[in-house]
Parts: sequence; C-alpha cells; structure tokens
Amino acid sequence: MTSQLALSTPVVGSASRPADAAAAPKMSARNLNFYYDGFHALKDVSLDIAEKRVTALIGPSGCGKSTLLRIFNRIYAIYPKLEARGEVMLDGENILDAKYPLNRLRSKVGMVFQKPVPFPMSIYENIAYAIRHYEKLSKAEMDVRVEQALQQGALWNEVKDKLKQSALGLSGGQQQRLCIARAVALKPDVLLLDEPTSALDPIATGKIEQLVAELKDHYTIAIVTHNMQQAARCSDYTAFMYLGELVEFGETEKLFTKPVKQQTEDYITGRFG
Amino acid sequence: MTTATGDHIVKSYDEELQRLTGEIQRMGDLALTELEAAIAAVIERDTEAAERIVKSDAEVDALELEVSHDVIRLLALRQPMARDLREVMAALRIASDIERIGDYAANVAKRAIALNQVAPVRPVYALPRLAEIAADLIREVLAAYHDRDADRALLAWARDEELDVLYTSMFRELLTYMMEDPRNITPCTHLLFMAKNIERIGDHATNIAENIYFLVHGTQIGLSRRKGDQSSSVTMTAP
Repeated sequence: MTSQLALSTPVVGSASRPADAAAAPKMSARNLNFYYDGFHALKDVSLDIAEKRVTALIGPSGCGKSTLLRIFNRIYAIYPKLEARGEVMLDGENILDAKYPLNRLRSKVGMVFQKPVPFPMSIYENIAYAIRHYEKLSKAEMDVRVEQALQQGALWNEVKDKLKQSALGLSGGQQQRLCIARAVALKPDVLLLDEPTSALDPIATGKIEQLVAELKDHYTIAIVTHNMQQAARCSDYTAFMYLGELVEFGETEKLFTKPVKQQTEDYITGRFG
Repeated sequence: MTTATGDHIVKSYDEELQRLTGEIQRMGDLALTELEAAIAAVIERDTEAAERIVKSDAEVDALELEVSHDVIRLLALRQPMARDLREVMAALRIASDIERIGDYAANVAKRAIALNQVAPVRPVYALPRLAEIAADLIREVLAAYHDRDADRALLAWARDEELDVLYTSMFRELLTYMMEDPRNITPCTHLLFMAKNIERIGDHATNIAENIYFLVHGTQIGLSRRKGDQSSSVTMTAP
C-alpha cells in the first residue's frame, strides 16, 4: 500500500488552539522506506509533522513507529546495515542527505528515550554538557541557560538548591524531565519523544504530559506512545502505523472518535487480533 | 446484536457492552408496556390497573440507575474509543430518554385515576390512536437500536410529525368540548395533559433515533425535523 496520507493542507488541531493558528508542516517525510539488514521496516511512508503541534505515532509493537521517529534525527546512522530511502525535509532540506551535517541535525532535532538516561554527572552539568558542545558561553550565561532549560523542563523548582548533586539521585520522573530539559537546552526546533512515560508512575506521567502541553508553544513535537489515551490527550495529530505502513493519519480528535480505516478502529478499540 | 466488526481482545469488555445493550432493551420493553397498559387503563376506566402502572415505573427508574452505573464503570475501566465510546454514550442518553418515556406513561396512568372520578367524555377515544403511534415509534427505535440500523431509526425519526399533527387536532377538539360545556373542563384538561405526555413520548423516541444514528455513523442526523405540533399557535374564539 502506498501511504500518501501527508497533511497537505494546514488543519487546526486541538480545541485549545485558536482557529486561526494554521499548522504548517515543519518536517515532511516523503516516500520513506527503511531497511534493517534487508528487512523492509518502513514502507513508502509519507506524512507531515506540523509545526508547534504534537504529532503522536501509535501502533502495535513492530509497526515501525519508533523506527520512523529515529529516522527523524538519523540516530540509526550509528548502526551499520541500516538504510533509509526517500526524503525527510526539515526547513526545505533533506536531512537524509549524507551531506546534511549530523551535528546540525542533532541540535535541531532533540530526542528523549523511553528510559531516562541522565549522564553520570551533576544536574547542572547534564544540561551544560550538551550546550558546551555547540556554544561557548561565560559562566553567567551558562547559568542562565541551565536555569531556562530546567524551567522549561518543569524541574527548576525541585532541583535549584541541589544543582551540584548527581543527576542519578533524582527520581525516574525527575530524570525524564531532566532529559527533556537537556534536549530543549539546545533550543531545537523539533523534539522527538520515544515512549517518554512508559517507565514512569501516573504522577510523573501527568507531569510529563503537562510539560508536553507547555512545550508545544515553542517546539514541534513528535511522540511515540503505546498509551492510546495519552496520544488522545496530548496530541493534535495522530498517525496509526501497522506492519511498516502508515494506515491512517489525521486530527487526533477525529482519529480517536471516528477513524476512517477499519484497521485503525480495531486497534484503538482493542479488537486487534 | 450487531456491534463493531470483531470481538475485543479482552472478552469481559464485550460482555459489559452487551449487558448495557440488554439493559436498554429491557428498559425500552418496560416503558412500552407501561404506555400500552396506561392507555388500556384509561379506556377501561380501571383505577387499580392505573395504580399498578404508576408503581411499576420504579422498575424503569432502577434500570436507568443501573445503566448509569455501568456506563461510569465502562468509562473508568475501559476508556472506550471510537465506536465503543459512541456505544457507551448512546446507551447513557437512550436510557435517560426511556426513563422520561416511562415517566410520561406513568403520568398518563396517574391522570386516568383522576379521570375515573368524573363522568366519561367522548374525546377520550382519540387518545388510543395517539398512543398507538407513540408506541409504534418506540417499537421502531428499539428495533433499530437492537439491529444498530440507522436507516430504520431515521424513518422513525421522520414519523414523529404524524404524532404532532394528531396531537394538534386533539388539542383543538378538546378546546371545543371545554367551550361547549364547562363541566367538561376537568376531564378535558386531564386528557389534554395526557395527550401532551404522549406527544412528548414521541419527541423522546426521536431523540433515541438521533442517538442510534450517531452511534452508527459518528455524525449527527443533520436534517431539521418538521414539527407538526401547532398547538402553541391555536386560538379559539368563544361561540
């Protein structure tokens, strides 16, 4: 099946957005195919990730949603025998082009994983480390940037008095918010979240969801989640994938209330055999 | 019962949805029986039967509470989506409409008791025709719900106009009787309320039809129904 389900015209997403806030695509995948050592993992996927909106990718395990997310910052490039064909356009440039510098891509497209991965260093250094990689800042400037990032990660109030302490001492939920803060510290355009709450308790999950709602004013967000209620709550657009194909893509509200495809209906209502 | 395409992975979810449908069917059957028995009590001037009907309405009310309870449980535990969500929402709304239908039928029975205390009046014989259409509408929407048949629901929805037209004509007739002889005012006022109750039953049947349509298609009917009840503009001049 050829998945030509890209969002060709701007569509207003969640009700919380004013009707005049058009959602232009920030990233666009076109005829994307991906192979793991000969296995065809993504089949001709085309979709748009709308700017300053949350796009959720859902589907059963092995459907290719995480693969798709990982292509968006070319993290697959660290493994051999992986190959992506097609285009992923970001601000008019194809990020899959070998000439597109990885450093630039990683600063523009941040990623947060399922399991929080704080660096084994202080909370402060977790944030400053990545910034130093890209920018030369004075101590005072760095302090401001670290605070800004922790504020954006909704963590500042909890850690401001213990910035020198090891990040490994934080709770799972705090560690995950630290990872989000670390990703936004580089002022990326796009934030990719790969099942960011699957290892967290409901309270920590709620905090991350609230954070996502706040971050979408500044960033374009793509989130992979197994929790359909979470996708329904947090996202403006949802893509349902199955066996490497994009089955249905559209406004979240429509997809979860009246999906067009029977496969989508079966999956979201728990009838998937 | 026809629901969505296949069974849920979690079997108990299907059982819970089926239980909800069963409760609605039971409620509908009870309310329908209540209406038919109320009309029979009016015609046969059977006060005892009317009193039994008034009491029996509690059963419909109890079932509505059961539906509400089951809906809350389903929403909390299953977090239904798409068609399932519409199933659950439709059940909640339909239950509330059937509960009102039961109330109106009980009200007809209650007024039958009052009507039996005065001499019979002729226009009482127009009431069964009105009730017959209302009962037919209920039967149709219940069958449409059972089969999840939006087309059948739509047909019933359009038929409510017949009931409205008949109600308006009964309204006029009753006014004439009241003007003819002031001793008719008491029984005719009761009859007027009974007719209004039955007309309202038709409106609740159309609500049910709208919910069935939404359940099946995920969209509202989107047509505006012609209203046949003109009684609000009826004026009569003294003879």
